[in-house]
Amino acid sequence: MTTAVTALRIEDKLFQNRYLIDAGRPHIKVRPHQTPSANLLALTRVCPAKCYELNATGQVEIAADGCMECGTCRVLCEASGEIKWDYPRGGFGVLFKFG
Amino acid sequence: MVEEKFDAIVIGAGMSGNAAAFTMASGGLKVLQLERGEYPGSKNVQGAIMYADMLEKIIPDFRDDAPVERHLIEQRFWMMDNTSHAGVHYRSDDFNEAKPNRYTIIRAQFDKWFSRKVREAGATVLCETTATELTHDTKGTVIGVRTDRGGEAILADVVVLAEGVNGLLGTRAGVREMPRPETVALAVKEMHFLPEGLIEQRFGLKGNEGCVIEAAGTISRGMTGLAFLYTNKESISLGIGCLVSDFAEKMESPYGLLDAFKNHPSVKPLIAGSEVKEYAAHLIPEGGYKAIPRLYGDGWVAVGDAAQLNNAVHREGSNLAMTSGRIAGEAIVQVKSRNLPTTRRNLALYEAMLNKSFVLKDLKKHKDMPALLHTNSNNFFMTYPKLISQAAQNFMRVDGTPKIDKERATTAAFISARSRWGLVSDAVRLAFAWR
Repeated sequence: MTTAVTALRIEDKLFQNRYLIDAGRPHIKVRPHQTPSANLLALTRVCPAKCYELNATGQVEIAADGCMECGTCRVLCEASGEIKWDYPRGGFGVLFKFG
Repeated sequence: MVEEKFDAIVIGAGMSGNAAAFTMASGGLKVLQLERGEYPGSKNVQGAIMYADMLEKIIPDFRDDAPVERHLIEQRFWMMDNTSHAGVHYRSDDFNEAKPNRYTIIRAQFDKWFSRKVREAGATVLCETTATELTHDTKGTVIGVRTDRGGEAILADVVVLAEGVNGLLGTRAGVREMPRPETVALAVKEMHFLPEGLIEQRFGLKGNEGCVIEAAGTISRGMTGLAFLYTNKESISLGIGCLVSDFAEKMESPYGLLDAFKNHPSVKPLIAGSEVKEYAAHLIPEGGYKAIPRLYGDGWVAVGDAAQLNNAVHREGSNLAMTSGRIAGEAIVQVKSRNLPTTRRNLALYEAMLNKSFVLKDLKKHKDMPALLHTNSNNFFMTYPKLISQAAQNFMRVDGTPKIDKERATTAAFISARSRWGLVSDAVRLAFAWR
């Protein structure tokens, strides 16, 4: 399976969901780094919304718009300080229709 | 903003929070419940199977108006390899009773209903409000919470942490630990819509009867995991979950697993032609008894997933959540009705009551199962499912090979994969962890 196909598929999945995006206030931030740790790198595969991507120079970046607030990245990377995780402000973020 | 002081503030409007808020409000306490979602249920994800007994103990006549989907008359356990499944099915007309035991539900709808009951019981429910931190007095007692609506802290005698597995308040305040990657599973799920009649046809159901499938095997690619397929009235909830530590180690993508499960030849025909309307992800506490954090302290208690109260072996979560929420609520009502302060010492009543309930008894019984399954995932989720499938196929396929040779081949396959000692040791360890 190519990366392109995977990326397309996950976007299709997230397209079904309802979100209220708090523009300009991402609730997750990745600490600036040179080389990602194994756990941080794993997020590029493990995040169920594929929010984490490796950029051209080898750092992990996040676009949290599709985040389903599961907390997987928090469990893997918060303790080491590599990411900072907050809840979105009340009413914002993913809004499950069925859950 | 709310100025007055409350008897209790409940953080979160999921199963445990609603049970706690309902119980305390019904017991005459002044209760404020905070929910960060737009409506109760909008942040909540579950399979979902709801157990009637635990809800009856909170709302005895729930069947009058609760939005339940189907009552379950059939359970299928599947062990899968890439092309097959071997299964144990149990179906009984006895489950078609006046007060059925298990129902499938859709959480967003169910939680709205439950929240209405909480409000009718007299609690104040504030949605779109994220609690951001616990506030303490100089002695370290929890005395209230701050929210993202700003202003002063809202004060209460006790804060009920019903914030779910990924709760921030308790871990930030240092009153409970962050779950570890080895003690939580990540599950992803899709909602597949199909006409009611077609679901009934495909699963051999009539009326509101329902069927669930739970499956393990090569679908989790050697990781500790479980897939599920639950019939709702006009939809099928379908998903798969594995330990976060396994996901990270194997660098597997959860949606890759989900798509493989959907395309498995045993599953594909069941959902053919469906329209997918939602994709969700959620963590599930899997650490069992040994992963339960502190349940109470000065001015606070933790309930449900926030306290890791989930029985992974029996795939039960929401009933432990409802029950722990109810019991915490009852304990707090007792403490308050005796005019006692909500100190750690007095709130110990909650744990004492929980110890007598099925919640901690069940988790204690299976306290060694998580370690066994988590450290032997390749055997239990890859090797054995393959062997069982081979054995079954060997048994069914008639090809002129003498039966004695077939049986020898099956035995030899088990021994070569796990060795005689490995087979005995797996069986003994499983038996000991189960008893």
